[in-house]
Amino acid sequence: MSPTSTQTNKPALQMPTKHYLNATYGIRSWLLTTDHKRIALLYLISVTFFFFIGGFFAMMIRLHLLTPAGLLLSADTYNRMFTMHGVAMIFFFLIPSIPAVMGNFLIPLMIGAKDLAFPKINLLSWYVYVVGAAFTLYSMVSGGLDTGWTFYTPLSTVYSNSAVAPAVIGVFIVGFSSILTGLNFLVTIHTMRAPGLTWFRLPLFVWTHYATSVVMILGTPVVAITLALAGMERLFGLGFFNPAMGGDPILFQHLFWFYSHPAVYIMILPAMGVTSELIPTFARKQLFGYHFVAAASMAIAVIGFLIWTHHMFVTGVSTYAALAFSFLTFLVAIPSAVKVFNWVATLYGGSISFDTPMLYAFGFIGLFLIGGLTGLFLGSLGTDIHIHDTYFVVAHFHYIMVGGAVMGYLGGLHFWWPKITGRMYPEWLARISAVILFVGFNLTFFPQFLLGYLGMPRRYHVYPPEFQVYNVMSTAGASILAIGYLLPLLYLTWSAFYGRVAGPNPWPATGLEWQTPSPPPTENFETTPVVTWEPYDFYHRPDLGLDMPVDSSLRPVHGDD
Amino acid sequence: MHRTGELYGQFKTLEQQKDTASLGMWIFLVTEVMFFGGIMLAYTVNRHAYFHAFAMGSNTLDLRLGGFNTAVLIGSSFTMAMAVWSAQSGKKKLLSLFLVLTIFLGFVFLGVKYIEYAQKFNHHLVPGRNFDITYCVNNPSKCEDLKPEELAVEREEIAQAVAADPDLNSHAQLYYSAYFGMTGLHALHMVIGAGLLFWLLRESFAGRFSPQWNTPVDVVGLYWHFVDIVWIYLFPLLYLIDRHK
Repeated sequence: MSPTSTQTNKPALQMPTKHYLNATYGIRSWLLTTDHKRIALLYLISVTFFFFIGGFFAMMIRLHLLTPAGLLLSADTYNRMFTMHGVAMIFFFLIPSIPAVMGNFLIPLMIGAKDLAFPKINLLSWYVYVVGAAFTLYSMVSGGLDTGWTFYTPLSTVYSNSAVAPAVIGVFIVGFSSILTGLNFLVTIHTMRAPGLTWFRLPLFVWTHYATSVVMILGTPVVAITLALAGMERLFGLGFFNPAMGGDPILFQHLFWFYSHPAVYIMILPAMGVTSELIPTFARKQLFGYHFVAAASMAIAVIGFLIWTHHMFVTGVSTYAALAFSFLTFLVAIPSAVKVFNWVATLYGGSISFDTPMLYAFGFIGLFLIGGLTGLFLGSLGTDIHIHDTYFVVAHFHYIMVGGAVMGYLGGLHFWWPKITGRMYPEWLARISAVILFVGFNLTFFPQFLLGYLGMPRRYHVYPPEFQVYNVMSTAGASILAIGYLLPLLYLTWSAFYGRVAGPNPWPATGLEWQTPSPPPTENFETTPVVTWEPYDFYHRPDLGLDMPVDSSLRPVHGDD
Repeated sequence: MHRTGELYGQFKTLEQQKDTASLGMWIFLVTEVMFFGGIMLAYTVNRHAYFHAFAMGSNTLDLRLGGFNTAVLIGSSFTMAMAVWSAQSGKKKLLSLFLVLTIFLGFVFLGVKYIEYAQKFNHHLVPGRNFDITYCVNNPSKCEDLKPEELAVEREEIAQAVAADPDLNSHAQLYYSAYFGMTGLHALHMVIGAGLLFWLLRESFAGRFSPQWNTPVDVVGLYWHFVDIVWIYLFPLLYLIDRHK
């Protein structure tokens, strides 16, 4: 199919008459649905809501730090802002974002199944999320939370005068939503694959979600019990973490980070999965080193469980323990780097097109690289003492979580938006937004590396005047970033109703999810597909309409042009 | 869940459906191991730090009630295993009988637990402002359920222990934090398990289980055995710390 013929075919593209969005109507058909695609949309609305709540808190922080003495907030309110920013973004946006929205939508489609293994448990997980969210929102409006998102004891259990208990209960509850999601994915990937879809034919999106699910089911219960104990300590006077009773606050930190470090991989692994889908599709080339990327995902999940103490190098842990954890921290850089090298090697000699998802994938690689390398600074014992608890740390994890996870999330959202809604987003507006996001992000967070290295501590509501120039840059960047987030919210919503009809496989891409109409029917596939091809293989797929080997005149169908 | 042997839409065969259910339960049990693992770590760290206080705290527990409850739970695991066997071999009446027995033993356990909790409450052994590990030895009239000769032994032990460590009372609260935290979570799991068993019983009375389709009995059985195994660990960890004298 040449571009010309695509052009002439365009009017022929029509929305399927019956699909999962119009199969049934009414609010009950959504709130009681067991269709994984509809549950994914429920999650999409929920996490977007929390993303903008968290974003509001972030804007408050950045506006306040415009001047050295602080512009807007009292010291106490400032503490509440950065705490609630962290809680909203980590527990209610980043952790569920890609798995619960895109994983939910795509895993059954990618493996050729009609649904997840446990559709009702899937719906239950969303309700659990909503209940947890209600508790946390209650905490936010009834005095807020000022302990930092880490809930360190004994501040959270004894001394804080803010609404800690409802927030702890909320985060405790939302953990079970992620346990249920992880459990569902693991069982689904094990038992529901279509005929011919062997483990090494799985898309890497599925592999990374498998690794993520392992982290979810092994880590989340530990933070659940830890927060349960901290909550009971605050409410009923249990004493495990209270030094006044002989308890040990460091024990809390160990238990908390045993989950919360691997939680970083819950955020980044799915984004790596998205990137592994985007790069081959828009480079028109089989992914370089498929097996290594799959194995690297599992390696990250395993090693990720063995490095939590690097958050605690200055708490007085034994030097020998610190040495071991420092070494293991360096070790986790290897599988991460394997992935980056493989993505870049895939690009080599590829027929690259700069569609919006690809721009996000490029953004992901670059920003994740910076975030990952600065992580090594923090993982080495000597430098960590200098820069721990400074803005260097803040910049580092925002490069991973925003530059990595959110870029992956938005890239995936654009890539699969035609599959989710059946319609294309406006391509040029989307490209401009992606560039605005990239610029705004770097302007916000790169100055924070310098601030941290110069010694500005995190979580303070005032700072010495010599740091102002970097703080002004950072606040200016945050304003640009906000525009970069609002634009997709608007045009994606618009395009869901008025965008150009996309057709089943607009890019075209190789995965099974593109073999079914967009939007897919409720049962996903008319007949169970049989997989006879290797992953990301463009050469042996005449059904894609590509005239392979690669001809540079063949470009994907773009949104509006 | 579903009517007899019916296949859910997302599966191709009953075999696949059954595999999925038991794999799901096993993975859930892995999360439960991590869940109890967290509090057992907290227990271990504190027991290591304050062994004496933990030993004293352990000695205030009633070994007879704890031992009785252990026997009750092992018995309930047996009746549960028999229920699974009955379901697999299509003995519908026996299945109902064994489910009733399992529920009964579960409630015996919870009843004994209630007696123990009430006793600890009356003896000022609940962590908080009024916690006092010496309460019974100083006020024997308020603890008439304890035997005087046992109290005399305890008085001596506690006098020595407090002399050696003035913070013993405070640290014994950590023991009781572990006791109530661990047994409380375990009891909560028992209550959930009892609810599941009642549901199985209703389905069993309706005659829904057959040799071809008994997955719910199977997976609830796994859960029930897991909860029993947790108690098999909790009993020595909490009751038997310092009983060798």
